[in-house]
Amino acid sequence: MRELNYAKAINEAIDFCLKEDHSVLVIGLGVPDPKGIFGTTTGLQDKYGSDRVMDMPLAENGMTGVIIGASLNGYRPILTHQRVEFALLSIEQIVDQAAKWFYMNAGQQNVPIVIRLIIGRGWGQGAQHSQSLESWFAHIPGLKVVMPANAYDAKGLLISSVEDNNPVIFIEHRWLHNTIDYVPDEGYRIPIGKAKVVRKGSDISIIAHSYMVLESIKCSEVLASQGISIEVVDLRSISPLDAKTILNSVSKTKRLIVADNGWVNFGVSAEIISIVTENIFEKMLCAPERIGMNNSPSPSTRALANNFYPRSINIAKIACKMLNKSIDLEVLFPKSDLPEDIPDPAFNGPF
Amino acid sequence: MNSTSKELYFAMLRIRMVEEKIAELYSEQEMRCPVHLSIGQEAVAVGVCEHLDQKDIVMSAHRAHAHYLAKGGDLKSMIAELYGKSTGCAMGKGGSMHLVDLNSGFFAAVPIVGSTIPISVGVAWAFKLKKSTNIVAVFLGDGATEEGVFFESLDFASLKNVPILFVCENNFYSVYSQLNVRQSPDRKLSVLAESHGIKSYTGDGNNVDQVSELTKKAIEHIKNNNSPAFIELDTFRWLEHCGPNEDDNLGYRKKGELDQWVKKDPISSYMAKIVKNHELTELEIIEKIEALTTEIDEAFNFAKESPFPDQSLLNQHIYKD
Repeated sequence: MRELNYAKAINEAIDFCLKEDHSVLVIGLGVPDPKGIFGTTTGLQDKYGSDRVMDMPLAENGMTGVIIGASLNGYRPILTHQRVEFALLSIEQIVDQAAKWFYMNAGQQNVPIVIRLIIGRGWGQGAQHSQSLESWFAHIPGLKVVMPANAYDAKGLLISSVEDNNPVIFIEHRWLHNTIDYVPDEGYRIPIGKAKVVRKGSDISIIAHSYMVLESIKCSEVLASQGISIEVVDLRSISPLDAKTILNSVSKTKRLIVADNGWVNFGVSAEIISIVTENIFEKMLCAPERIGMNNSPSPSTRALANNFYPRSINIAKIACKMLNKSIDLEVLFPKSDLPEDIPDPAFNGPF
Repeated sequence: MNSTSKELYFAMLRIRMVEEKIAELYSEQEMRCPVHLSIGQEAVAVGVCEHLDQKDIVMSAHRAHAHYLAKGGDLKSMIAELYGKSTGCAMGKGGSMHLVDLNSGFFAAVPIVGSTIPISVGVAWAFKLKKSTNIVAVFLGDGATEEGVFFESLDFASLKNVPILFVCENNFYSVYSQLNVRQSPDRKLSVLAESHGIKSYTGDGNNVDQVSELTKKAIEHIKNNNSPAFIELDTFRWLEHCGPNEDDNLGYRKKGELDQWVKKDPISSYMAKIVKNHELTELEIIEKIEALTTEIDEAFNFAKESPFPDQSLLNQHIYKD
């Protein structure tokens, strides 16, 4: 089994799409530069030429319009922004045009585009480099929103996104780029809209997405030593949302914690708890709980940011409360030697 | 491509008569969507589109009826769309502000000002990537040139030498807001385009011959130099921004301004000129008006008699499989 990191898996997915389909274009500020969007686009321009893999002007809204237009005339462009916040400049084109085009013309013209957005945490990212705005996009009919949490899913979901006939918002967490997973050499597809049970359990379901899947798995592994059996569901896609997998899991465990990657207010966790309470309220043993970013902008200093982003211990506290277990979590989740503002020892900033 | 004066006149007259009919019947409250009529601005649409091939693409904004018709968009489908019927060009899902006719190369119109400009650049860029000889013409108003996306589009079109013709219809008003409260008098639209390296032309948008001549030059420039072009054409909307009525009584336009422009009516002035030149006879006019009246009445009857879309259409076309 070959192992690969998430960034390289993204690179392989794009490479596969460029090779398989000559209508695929790759566009983004920094795509061909020496850093290659954290390694996700490195080498692709050399391989496929500057007509297909290219840099772009700092014109997010205009370039979103341009890729929509190219998609109407036979192309499948992938546009990349190095942070989700840059895409806010293009909300008009994404929300009014790309999302609605196929509906407005009653199915005569569709918009097969992928917009890759990178989100992050830690290293003093501050208020404008740390948001997780998937619920904005998921709110809009006509958009699909995908957030893989591991390298295997990243490759398969990106290939599915490029081959999809609709606009897909593909959100990568910067802290996942260095994570390693089994990734096959060949091209393969993970269906959009399908969640995955990544750890089986019987006491509580934790529903999570993106980086919070890792924190949820860690929580479940540690609590297993205390006889607490947690099931972790990785959403993988935010829209369409896989209600069936969520409901199956919560029907079994009868307890729900949502580990949201963004703010909880009006967010993904609100949607999941609504779906669960609307459908299987009578099965629940206790009220659902949720955890996400602190309801404030993100501060830059690590002194404050450590209490901004939720971690496995915060999820574990909720789980113990839910099960009326009194466990010394500080012992179970000892402070790591690793500073809290980086994902792994290899990460040394600045971005 | 080589329309006769008579054909240009008839094309403008057809658009005028269609829109006058919309204005006449709008009060019946069966066309239940906003309509932005182009009455007074027909020469731009006709003079530009006569130089476009069927496979060339046109896009527009909220005031799109003239562009749609001039590009060859189907009349019955357009009227049915205004009536919200299943036979409409977008099955009633778009309305007047979202006309589409792919067969004639009219890709889309949208009412968010400026938003079709970059999309048009993208369509044109795709032509270039495919090594097609087709071009795209995008119609925009003076207001759209205030949007950031206009500049972003000029830059990219010029950077990539995209085969696109930007056609700016300057009618001096954005809804009720005059040009002089929105733009400095020293701001010259053609210079904005020139400063992006884009060849620019300016002219009288009420003179169809001039529009046609400038368009011909601009398209030659696009094709010979693999480079975009920009045309600014002054013109004037006679009716209210949105709706079938006159609104000069509101006083947002200078007294007498509308009258001056009505005197420069692109259609009647052109008719007088070509009749005088013996390129058109009064009998031909009478016969044409009769034929157009029949065609337009048929289109409205078709729209009125067409069924509304089935309820199942509400949830169709959200995603393509």
